[in-house]
This record gives sequence, C-alpha cells and structure tokens, in this order.
Amino acid sequence: MSYVPDNLKYTASHEWLEDLGDGKYRVGITEFAQEQLGDIVFVELPEVDESYAQEDECGVVESVKTASDIYCPLVGTVTAANDALEDTPELINDSPYDDGWIFELELGEDADLGSLLSAEDYRNSIVDDE
Amino acid sequence: MLIFEKSMPGRTATAQSPDEVDVNHLIPQQFQRGSRLGMPQASELDVVRHYTQLSQKNFAIDTNFYPLGSCTMKYNPRACNSLAMKDEFLARHPLAHESLSQGYLACMYHLQQILQAVTNMKGVSLTPMAGAQGEFSGVAMIKAYHDDRKDFERREIIVPDAAHGTNPATAIMCGYKVKEIRTDEDGNVDLDALDAVLGPQTAGIMLTNPSTLGVFESKIKIIAEKVHAAGGLLYYDGANLNAILGKTNPGIMGFDVIHMNLHKTFSTPHGGGGPGSGAIGVSERLLPFMPVPYVGKTDGNYHFVTAQDAPKSIGQLSTFAGNAGVNLRAYVYALLNGKQGMQRISEFATLNANYLMKRLEAVGFDLAFKKRRASHEFIVTLKKQAKELGLTASDLAKALLDEDMHAPTVYFPLLVAECLLIEPTETESKQTIDAFVEAMAKILEKAKTDIDHLKQAPYTTVVRRMDEVKAVKQPNVVYKINAS
Repeated sequence: MSYVPDNLKYTASHEWLEDLGDGKYRVGITEFAQEQLGDIVFVELPEVDESYAQEDECGVVESVKTASDIYCPLVGTVTAANDALEDTPELINDSPYDDGWIFELELGEDADLGSLLSAEDYRNSIVDDE
Repeated sequence: MLIFEKSMPGRTATAQSPDEVDVNHLIPQQFQRGSRLGMPQASELDVVRHYTQLSQKNFAIDTNFYPLGSCTMKYNPRACNSLAMKDEFLARHPLAHESLSQGYLACMYHLQQILQAVTNMKGVSLTPMAGAQGEFSGVAMIKAYHDDRKDFERREIIVPDAAHGTNPATAIMCGYKVKEIRTDEDGNVDLDALDAVLGPQTAGIMLTNPSTLGVFESKIKIIAEKVHAAGGLLYYDGANLNAILGKTNPGIMGFDVIHMNLHKTFSTPHGGGGPGSGAIGVSERLLPFMPVPYVGKTDGNYHFVTAQDAPKSIGQLSTFAGNAGVNLRAYVYALLNGKQGMQRISEFATLNANYLMKRLEAVGFDLAFKKRRASHEFIVTLKKQAKELGLTASDLAKALLDEDMHAPTVYFPLLVAECLLIEPTETESKQTIDAFVEAMAKILEKAKTDIDHLKQAPYTTVVRRMDEVKAVKQPNVVYKINAS
C-alpha cells in the first residue's frame, strides 16, 4: 500500500493538499501517482499569480512512460511554484509529500473544500489499483 | 559505429561523386569556407558494407512480426511500391502543367472517389501530409464552418479520455478549449458525462471508432444525435479505419469530417516518422472548406482545385499537393483489393485480433475488456503480473525482442494499468500468431521462476536496456566532426 499521510487532503486525480493556514495550501502528487508514472523526467509548473478554476489543467508531469496533467484541486491563485523541480524533477519520485511539492495555492472565495477526499477516502479510491 | 569513425584520409569512392567543378570564383571571398567540410572519407565497398550492416539491424515488418497496436504495421505489397515508382510518376515535376499531368491527376481523382465511397463522405482532399495534419485540417474546417455561420460562441471540443494525444493537441492548435469525458467500464463513451459537457459552447467532438481501447463504440448513433442536436460537429479519427473497411463507415455513423491514415490502412511503409498521408473526407456542409489543392474534373480534363476556385477553403497545407508517393501507393493498394478485398481486410484484421486475444487469455493473460469482442486490436493488462511477479509491461516488451518479435504498444491508452495494445493485422498467418502466443506464454512462465533474468532483457539486441531517464534528460544526438 502506498503511503497516504493522514494530515493531508486529496483529489481523485491524485493530488494532495497541505493546509498552510490563512487559506493557503501546498499541492503535490501522491506517492501512488508517482509510482504509477515511473521515473519523472520533466515538470511543467503553473505560473505564479495565475488563477485557475477547480479541475483546470495547471501543469504537466512527464515520465519515461507517459505525460500526465496536473489538475488544480480547488479554485484559487498560484502563489509559489517549486522551481527546484525544473532541474531535479525526480524529487517527486524521491519525496512526493515533501521536497517534491509542486505549487502553492491561495484559495478563491468559493473554493469547495468539501469536494476533497480525506486520507481514508483516498486510500479506498486507490485500493483496487494497487 | 558511425561512418565518420570509419573515415580514412584520402580514401574515396567515385560512384556517386559529381565531377569536380571550381565554383570559388562565383562565391564572394567572405562567404567561402576556411576549412574542409569534414565529410567521411570511405571507399565504395566501405560504404556498401556500412549501410548494409546498418540495414540488417533494422527491425521491420519485412523481417519480423510487428503487432504494434494503433499503428497497423501490416505488410505493404511490393506492387504498390513498384507501380508508384514508375518513371512516369517519379519524373513528374510538382509544378508541371496540368496538361502534362493528366495521368497522375486521373489517379488522384480516382483515389478521391474510392476513398469517398469507402468512407461514405461527400468530398475528399488528399493534401494533408500525415495524420496529424489531417486532424488539424479537420478541426480547422469545423472552426471555419462555425465562423462562416457567425457562430462564434462555440469554443469547446469534446475529447474522450481514451483518445490519441494528438486529438486534444489538435483542438488546442485550432484555438479550442478541450473538454475531456470519461469512458465507462465497457470502453464506451459515458453518455452522462457527454450530456454534462454538451451545450451552445460545443464546437464538436473528436472520436476514434473503434476506439483506442480496441472496442467498437456501440452508442455512436446516439452520440451523433446528441452532438448534432447541440449544434456541434463530429470528427472521426481514422487511426482504426482498418477494422471497419468495407463493413461500415463514418458517413453512416454520422460523422461530418474524417481523416484517414493512408500510410496505415492503405499500406505504405511507415513507422519512421513519415512520409505519410492524412487524407480527409467531409460531409456536405463542410465541402466548401476542404484544404486545397484537390483534384477536380471539368469537360473530361483533370485539374487542381485551388483557393481561387474554393474561396472558403481553409487553405493550402504545404507547398504542393500532399505526398504524391504515398497517395499513389494507396491508389494501387485500393485497386489491388477492390471492394471485396477491402471487406476481407477488415474481416481478417478482426478475426486475427480475436483469435489472438482468446489464445492469450487461455495461456494466462488478463484482458482489459473481457466482455467485449476485439476490433482489430485489443488490450492485455499486466496489472496482476506486475503486482504478483514484478513483471511490468515494459519488461515483457523488452523480453519479446529476444524472441524476435516486435513489442506491442505499451502504456497506451493511459486508462489501463500496465497495458499492451496488440494489433496483429490481417496480413499475418495463423502460424505467426501462434508463435507470438508461444513467446508470450514462455515469458510469462519465465517470470514465475526467474524474474531477475527478464528485468535485464533484451539480451540479443544491438542496444540493451536503455537508461531511459538519462536518454530523456541528457540526449546525446550530435556527433562532433574533427575537421582536418
């Protein structure tokens, strides 16, 4: 079973969110997602100050197997992006929940936090695929 | 070893070299080279051996089984080559006057008619140079149609999640927003998901049928009705036309515009990136927008229809009129097969795929869509084997190379974990297909006893397992010449 930390929120499209307080969230992809993708060789980061609707494509993770879109988990504006991934995209493989974070998001007013999955819900959603 | 590394100073071959002409006096001093052009220096025999040996390293449909799903790597009859390469075709200059090109133009006109009949469309243009350009012109026509009606609010193209990656890329290139919709568990478009995205903003939908999942989209009539009712148009990606040739057609299904990969379905050697032909076909309402030039016939004379004759055309896609050689091969192939032959193509393509699918299932492989009959291709998933044995789709693909078989397409479509997309094509015999089953079964047995051996495969190829991460991140494709 892939590691799914209890303190994070999740999406069905395998993003995780960490609550940083003041309506800010840090976003990355889950351990399960990076395992499925295999060795990651390129990350296209979202632009800082860009606003996205929930489920908008806001970046791309490319591995030796495939390229996969990153979806914005909630409506909001990007406040930071992890530039280290440009030179070392493998950080997502090595440390998906920590050094491999992808961007930070300041939530829009009508952000639907209720649409996110709990760690338990997310574990249940991937159990068949493991 | 590169030919440059075999170079010996002073060694020459005269067979191909032109007579030496001193042109230095024609080129101003400042534009002349200061050093020699570091070309390899080799004898005729060196060159012959070098390139013969390179060709022997090729893995090709002419040497081995090549079940690369979605690519239709079928045998290309030699007659297509020899007839398309007649001097009368090869020596024709692309700018030769139409009065001097009646034979060639007649062939292209007739090919347009054949393709129109087999797809049941109202017009065909052979000008797109490959599948991706065919797709581009197809969606550009959808846009031109809506713009012509001053219907500027249609900003979205719907694409199923099983689509080829070129579909969303095409929609974006044409200025549209992509709306992705789900596939249900039997591999059909999810109609509820379709309903949810259809509306006055819908410009059209791009579908492949049979889909990339290797199954026929059985609700296509309902999908066409829904999309048309919303004011959108239907685009048919012809990647899998081989499966339905002569049996059913995109016209009956309700498509407004299609592209065909003539290099696949109508047989031209392909797989190295071209040349191809992405001929397009259109319904009545898109006729004015077809890309030019295409061939028309007036008073018994064949001529190119250009932008002057078709002012609403999306325009010219290249300098001339498509890849003449590929279109000629397609024409010969169509004539060789005829109407009955085309039906046999799809019959045997689907028979071979279904036979292979059942046999692989019997030796222990899991099918992605167990309940469905295969079209001309099908998907095996190694999800179970990856988990229980550590055998991934990639490992199995590499091990097949040691069995002198080309690997199927791996990790596409993205919806299915550890998948192999397998397309045997109609040109393979039962014996070849059986040999493939034996090779697959052998690898599966090996995985149960010695997975470590398979993790190092392939053993017999010139290049062993590559460091794929390094190949992507630090590609080294430049050879530096030491000019003397």
